[in-house]
Amino acid sequence: MSLKAFKRALWVYHLNTGSCNGCDIEILAVLTPRYDVERFGIRLVGSPRHADVLLVTGPVIKQMVPRVKRIYEQTPDPKLVMVVGNCGIEGGVFYESYNLAGPVDQIIPVDVYVPGCPPRPEAIIHGVAMAWVKLEKAEQGVR
Amino acid sequence: MMLEETKKATYTIPVGPIHPALKEPIRLALTVDGEEIVDVDIFVGHVHRGIEWLGMNRNNPIQSIYVSERICGICNICHPFAFVMAVEHATGITPPPRAEYIRTIIAEMERIHSHLLWAGVAAHEIGFDTIFYLTWRVREEIMDLIEYVTGNRVTKAMFQIGGVRRDITEEQFPRIRQSLDYYKSLFDQLKRVFLDDKTIQMRTKNVGILKKEDALKLLTVGPSGRASGVPKDVRQNQPYAAYADLDIKVTTPDILTGTVVGDVYDRIIVRLLEVKQAIEIIEQCLEKMPPGPILAQPKTALLLKTLTKAEGEGIGRAEAPRGEVVHYVRLEAGQSTLATWKVRAPTYVNLMSAPTILKGMQIADVPIAFASLDPCLSCTNRIVVTDRATGQKSVTDYEELHRLSVEKTRKLQR
Ligand code: SF4
Repeated sequence: MSLKAFKRALWVYHLNTGSCNGCDIEILAVLTPRYDVERFGIRLVGSPRHADVLLVTGPVIKQMVPRVKRIYEQTPDPKLVMVVGNCGIEGGVFYESYNLAGPVDQIIPVDVYVPGCPPRPEAIIHGVAMAWVKLEKAEQGVR
Repeated sequence: MMLEETKKATYTIPVGPIHPALKEPIRLALTVDGEEIVDVDIFVGHVHRGIEWLGMNRNNPIQSIYVSERICGICNICHPFAFVMAVEHATGITPPPRAEYIRTIIAEMERIHSHLLWAGVAAHEIGFDTIFYLTWRVREEIMDLIEYVTGNRVTKAMFQIGGVRRDITEEQFPRIRQSLDYYKSLFDQLKRVFLDDKTIQMRTKNVGILKKEDALKLLTVGPSGRASGVPKDVRQNQPYAAYADLDIKVTTPDILTGTVVGDVYDRIIVRLLEVKQAIEIIEQCLEKMPPGPILAQPKTALLLKTLTKAEGEGIGRAEAPRGEVVHYVRLEAGQSTLATWKVRAPTYVNLMSAPTILKGMQIADVPIAFASLDPCLSCTNRIVVTDRATGQKSVTDYEELHRLSVEKTRKLQR
């Protein structure tokens, strides 16, 4: 399979593993007219099976572990995982809580981290751009 | 069977952007008879992060303010608000009057942003993505204002026990008024878009009715309760912060329409009117704001010492955009963390109304009716649909439901 297929249009699946919603509303803000990432071909899709990038928020609550794994497996290769927000990166404010199984990279491999609690929309867009670069490199590796 | 047919029909409709408020994992089990919903069961607990435990075992009360902001990314003013009020109640610390006004102003700014957010999501739920994008564009103005006043877009970090951390100065007033004027000039347009549109009327009128008796029985709070004609509003019933000085009236839909139906349409009316009310409250606050300090104890170390020595229990109640939020704390002398911390968020009680609202409706109405409660803890990753006629269970994911909803809108438009 060629990576060219999504060179210009990254499709993103958003997975909430127990976040506070703060990052999630900023992700939505990225999609809506002010920031409007759809002009770059980036859009949210409704199923992980259509996605190139998994956008994960939240510190991974214990109950969510099997789902996170399953969604990761459902996403077709090659794929990228991007964690948005401190609590997904290292637990953030919740880091010592008894109900966390995370952070995300303990459960599934992560490629791009976007720190912030929550990160600004600009930072999220930057993160997607970084994912792009990584995908391009992966493509060169594939060839 | 009926279920098979509806499933087939859903394959053709494209999927819109997903909304996080309806993506956090809460599960509903709907029992349906054909298309009609006869029973609903709710499963929650997938986002339990042990926040209260953190406040009782890891953090001192000042640090807990930050955790309380992260209870919810959308209501991150009202949670710290209720939390600091509870601690102040327990310790007897009184915030200076100016701080009370600043608290009120940002709480109302949060209400504007939250209600607009909801309005966009509601439009998205019925497949009206144009309006979703429109309202979210309009919402950016208040986000800018919040950033201008507090320094942050989402988590505002304004609260401190015994006051606020940032002042709102005279020089900032014109910029604040400019944003308020922007919304005032837009109000009629928003009203036209949301209330006069035929499609929205068809999808929301007489849908998801919650009668006043039911609302009272189920303890529905906030705009969802007020839309059913329950005149409950903490800001008026038990004024806190600066609300006692201000002129506020409970918003019920009959102000605009003369009657209370308690349907989704009424919930839109209440939230729209509350945006207007919030603007008026901020204006009143700007006029009446007294000069003076903004913190009862500006030195954090001293404040912490007082808190460690303090003993007692306290309750904080605030009117969040979604209803009444209650925080309870108990402090013990010599203990640096809280001895007890209990949070009751409005969605917790409002979820109890969901079964009543959903019963008797079509599956395609689930997204809009459920969203009309503005459930903050986010919704259905998946819904288990049990067809009573066959006893067959199938799992419908949220996307399929959304497609059903969009399809119903299209059908009605024809
Ligand atoms: S990183 Fe912060 S804002 Fe984002 S979901 Fe976690 S706690 Fe909420």
